[in-house]
Amino acid sequence: MRKAITGHKAVAEAMRQIEPDVVAVYPITPQSEIAEYYADYVHNGLVRTELIPVESEHSALSACIGAAAAGGRVMTATSSQGLALLVEVLYIAAGLRLPIVMALANRALSAPINIHCDHSDAYLARDSGAVQIFAESAQEAYDYTLMAQRIAEDMRVRLPVIVNLDGFTLTHTVQPVDLLEDEVAKKFVGEFKPFAPLLDVEHPVTWGAFAMSDYYFELKRAQEAGMEAVPAVFLEVQRAFAEVSGRRYEGFFEAYKLADAEYALVVLGSTAGTAKVAVDELRARGMKVGLLKPWLWRPFPGPAVAEALAHLKAVAVLDRAFSFGTMGALYEDVASALYPLEKRPILVNYIYGLGGRDITVPQLVQALEELPKIRRTEWALRYIGLRE
Amino acid sequence: MPSIKVLAEREERGVRFTGGHTLCAGCAEPMVVRTVLNAIPDPVVVASPTGCLEVATSRFPGTAWNVPWIHVAFENAAAVISGVEAAYKVLRKKGLLDKRVRFVVFAGDGGTYDIGLQALSGALERGHDFLYVCLNNEAYMNTGVQRSSATPKCAAATTAPVGEAIPGKPQERKDLTEIVAAHGIPYVAQAAVSHLIDLANKVERAMNYEGPKFINVLTTCPLGWRTPRDSAIQQAKQAVETRYWPLYEVIEGRYKINYKPKEHVPVEEWLKTQGRFRHLFRDPQGKELIAQIQAEVDRRWELLLKKEQCFGVGG
Repeated sequence: MRKAITGHKAVAEAMRQIEPDVVAVYPITPQSEIAEYYADYVHNGLVRTELIPVESEHSALSACIGAAAAGGRVMTATSSQGLALLVEVLYIAAGLRLPIVMALANRALSAPINIHCDHSDAYLARDSGAVQIFAESAQEAYDYTLMAQRIAEDMRVRLPVIVNLDGFTLTHTVQPVDLLEDEVAKKFVGEFKPFAPLLDVEHPVTWGAFAMSDYYFELKRAQEAGMEAVPAVFLEVQRAFAEVSGRRYEGFFEAYKLADAEYALVVLGSTAGTAKVAVDELRARGMKVGLLKPWLWRPFPGPAVAEALAHLKAVAVLDRAFSFGTMGALYEDVASALYPLEKRPILVNYIYGLGGRDITVPQLVQALEELPKIRRTEWALRYIGLRE
Repeated sequence: MPSIKVLAEREERGVRFTGGHTLCAGCAEPMVVRTVLNAIPDPVVVASPTGCLEVATSRFPGTAWNVPWIHVAFENAAAVISGVEAAYKVLRKKGLLDKRVRFVVFAGDGGTYDIGLQALSGALERGHDFLYVCLNNEAYMNTGVQRSSATPKCAAATTAPVGEAIPGKPQERKDLTEIVAAHGIPYVAQAAVSHLIDLANKVERAMNYEGPKFINVLTTCPLGWRTPRDSAIQQAKQAVETRYWPLYEVIEGRYKINYKPKEHVPVEEWLKTQGRFRHLFRDPQGKELIAQIQAEVDRRWELLLKKEQCFGVGG
């Protein structure tokens, strides 16, 4: 069923079909519409969810943790400063191995305060232990919200999953989205099977224990095992999703015209759409260029990325956030992935699009056209669209 | 109302909070926890924020909790229990649970008066069905006796030390019980570890109401108050006798003072038994400061009497 809807509505529809037991959410631009749509579903009796209209994002995720540990399926959504406020408990959700799915409407972090898109919020949660997925379109945001639920709840994983969608660019623009029938979506997501729930009062469990140097390390290592399980589960879930939707997502990233390319861009989120147009333009002019767009950012699929980029002459990695004082986070991921190879492409790192700064096809064409002129990998940031 | 016998019988039937935890010798917290849990016959799920109780009862791989228990962080116990309670409501509606389960938070004053106040206020306003018990020992005891907004004026704390210029904590303690009462929730009370049957009765009364319930329990910390290890009960009793810590309830907005000391025992009698106030009895300024503390105790007591008079059970 194809509908013209915003990214927000697409995510909210996925949530309605998943029908979690508890949604705890706090308003923030540009995420608020997800909360508003969901409140609408609850107040009109379309879902049986308990909506907790909390007094902060910190409490939103804290309530989600309580509800998930109690034995419920839970979801939330946030953005920017809200993510910053709740990041303390995001680490705890991961440490407690709770499968909470959270939409993140990507928005720049203060200061200066800004409401538009960049990835500084997602980058803040980079080391939290949450799985992170990036969507290019409203369709991908919808599809990956459904898939995220299965990934999070897989017993090999049991971790929070963040579905990133670019603030305003995706959240507030109307796009055609193919929605699954409710029953198909529900069947795909399946029944939630709680693990050692608090509400099983006959079998009391202690959640959130205190671990000193004698156990902390082993418990964190066990958490990393959950992350290590993600790639295999991710591919399984993509295959299962293709069966019910006909939409094939094959792999950790989309490799667009990459197989025979000599130069390429690596970019997260909606900018990939713009990049595809730039790639097509240059291809039409005879330049062999391509694009790698990660869907799965955490855990980072290093070996697969290395294999996909190994044959290239030069690659521009685009980061939509600073990691102040060092190179961009995505760049560092790609560089680390390529390092074990004996022959690897020249790498260059661009920072772009901060605070919603527009990124255009000509800018990306230019970035690709400059790649043949770059002689070696340098430890230096470059910028796209910055007045200097 | 639960008698000692009833409480003891319940303890025998199933120990909900076991010994073997690492709370200090003489700590009043276990008495409060046991009494509260034994006053609730239904199954309970407990949440605690970071603090003495959490650290001393949940060291992996051991636990002192024989009931389902969760700790998440310092400032969010009320939000966590909101989530647990919300999940319970849905699972009941879906027919996946048939038992009546009750929800209890045990939190210190730091996690309640200070860093957890926002989450508490939010949970109270939303009307979740739970009992919040503040184990108020009047400072951040777990981290080493730093001052909180529950710390009384002039008390020595490691972040409000007795110095040449400033003698202990300069500010009055926050009246959190009244702040909670202002949320208009069905049941609010103050209790003390010295009056355990009164506490058990309050818990039982509280659990008759749907919605948020709050009990602020004065819970002696011999370490932080610098009193002998066997002084917990006597200390709390004297706080009640001096009217420093009135035992009272606000039930559906109606005030009831549970105990009115017949004699006016000066607060000085309580202060002088504690190391945290020792400087008041050595310093020449001490007399004036004690007079200020007494004046505030009197002011709050008079105000409480007036509230009972105007908004009492019979009023």
